[in-house]
Amino acid sequence: MTKLDISRKRLAEAIAFWIFRLLSLCVMGILFSILGFILYKGIHVVNWDFISKMPEDGMTKGGIYPAIIGTLCLIAGSMIFAFPIGVMSGIYINEYTKDSWYRRFVQLMTANLAGIPSIVFGLFGMSLFVNKLGFGDSILAGSLTLGLLALPVIIRTTEEALKSVDDGYRQASLALGATKLQTIRRVTLPVALPNIITGFILSIGRVSGETAPILFTVAAYFLPKLPSSIHDQVMALPYHLYVISTSGTNINESRGMAYGTAVVLILIVLILNLIANGVRRYLGKKYKTH
Amino acid sequence: MLSSTVTTLTVLLIIVFLFSEGLSVFKESPLEGENIIVLNHNNSVSHISSSEIKDIFDQKITNWKTIGGANDSIILFTFNDISNYFSEEELGPEFEYLPAKMDSLLESESGMIAVFSSKYLLKNHQSKIIQADNITPYTFIAGKEWFPTANPAVQLGVLPLILGTLYVSFVAILFALPVGLATAIYMAEVADEKTRRIFKPVIELLAGIPSVVYGFFGLIVIVPLIQSTFNLPVGETGLAGSIILGIMALPTIITVSEDALRNTPRSMKEASLALGATKWQTIYRIVIPYSYSGISAAAILGIGRAIGETMAVLMVTGNAAVMPHTLLEPVRTIPATIAAELGEAPANGIHYKALFALGCILFLITLIINLWVEFSSKKRRLGK
Repeated sequence: MTKLDISRKRLAEAIAFWIFRLLSLCVMGILFSILGFILYKGIHVVNWDFISKMPEDGMTKGGIYPAIIGTLCLIAGSMIFAFPIGVMSGIYINEYTKDSWYRRFVQLMTANLAGIPSIVFGLFGMSLFVNKLGFGDSILAGSLTLGLLALPVIIRTTEEALKSVDDGYRQASLALGATKLQTIRRVTLPVALPNIITGFILSIGRVSGETAPILFTVAAYFLPKLPSSIHDQVMALPYHLYVISTSGTNINESRGMAYGTAVVLILIVLILNLIANGVRRYLGKKYKTH
Repeated sequence: MLSSTVTTLTVLLIIVFLFSEGLSVFKESPLEGENIIVLNHNNSVSHISSSEIKDIFDQKITNWKTIGGANDSIILFTFNDISNYFSEEELGPEFEYLPAKMDSLLESESGMIAVFSSKYLLKNHQSKIIQADNITPYTFIAGKEWFPTANPAVQLGVLPLILGTLYVSFVAILFALPVGLATAIYMAEVADEKTRRIFKPVIELLAGIPSVVYGFFGLIVIVPLIQSTFNLPVGETGLAGSIILGIMALPTIITVSEDALRNTPRSMKEASLALGATKWQTIYRIVIPYSYSGISAAAILGIGRAIGETMAVLMVTGNAAVMPHTLLEPVRTIPATIAAELGEAPANGIHYKALFALGCILFLITLIINLWVEFSSKKRRLGK
């Protein structure tokens, strides 16, 4: 090999790596310009009045209080339903089933459920919960629809979390005479907990931003009052943003409101992500030292 | 035990509900409500398809010969024409003489086609009622016109919607795949640990941003930009949709292909380096070929995401249900159609059912994509 060949190889490598670096920076640039643009335009709209007041004047003034409460209701409702079922399902798949056709089938179905577009969940929720079961457009119907959407995320993360627990823990516990259930409750789950909680938080993020599944199951265009029962309709943040940025009566005048709503949505996701990372790091450390 | 079957159960329920609603569209008459089509009793035409009805009432078909009848020009009659033929006195209070008048009018005009509600049909009528053909799966998939509320007969051709969906999604992946793959390679092979620790959460964040926020960003930044760059009457185009979808598909492509690249055995990479190959040669001769199926899975999953995405596309593509020709025209995708129209479609009407049928098509497309990815990754695992 001549010296020239080597230097040419080096040059090719340098060029290729610079292209990769540049494109990666592009990806970062895109993200930061989206976030930066919306935060820059909208952050001054967000203040205490914006968060705590009802919308006024055809949604061009006032706040987004009912939409925030609506989204919180939907998060709570969907998680009450999806979290226990999802975690139990994850535990069952990872701890109780062997690598059989049954397990593979369940995993395949979970993966499929995760890949179904959110608008199809919306159609399904409308046809089953709203029409067939007669819940009408309500928090109940919307929460169940969103819960189904969050299920595969929770099952997956629970499974992954349990899988990463060292088998030594399980064997030690069983060798000491603990039953399988005791082992799961006292040993496996606590070790897997940080990752399960991370999955839980991330699925809250997913649920709070989804629009398509709630379009026909719960979301109200404009409803300046708070829900009094689970059979009420509510406003929700993502749907509110959609409405005021596309079909409001005064699109130009409600721009400020739209920016503000987008900022609130981004902040929710940002904060949830930070908490998830924090939990992962904090609890991860705690259990490692034991 | 029970809880683990919940996903299977959900998938099955989705299939049952979606398909029972969606397939019933093929049992519906394309005519609105109680409407019937009535002809002169000598007319030899005995059935008519919904696109023929539309062409007749658009006056594109003006002679019965075109659809297999006698050589006679077609005279249209709809309920709106009623005052051209009869005076108010002739019709009597609450249209009580209308059935008789209608019948004699139809018998006096040999080429007339009339569409009116069946309650105005004379009991012992002489005129002939003909059937409008139901929507067939073929005309549903291959039909090029989507006018779900057209009068007198709805047009349910979903081809422009299917093509619009695929078109926008594939162009999106064309943008996203090279950029995403480059980022994945950079993160897996080139960058140091510190850079990776910054990149990873940022990409997770990119995945977590709600689709309406992307749509909103597209609406206020990308749409006006496209409008002014290409000097278009409207900026809401397929291109805007593709750009936004491309950005939204990036996290999926990056994480899946990065995982695939990382799975390359260390020994293979080290063997290559030991033979004197540079790092770059090792990447494109060893690492990329080795993780090829993982990378293609990333591309397919990215397409799947893009096809199913609703809100962002709904907000930026302009939603014109026409056959897509260039990316600089408004297009309409399947999810956007469902989201935009279901709210206005009366429950259990033909339009409502047609939207569920669209949901079935969408479901099948994404199901095939998921199964494909799942099985190809299984093969890969067995291959090792």
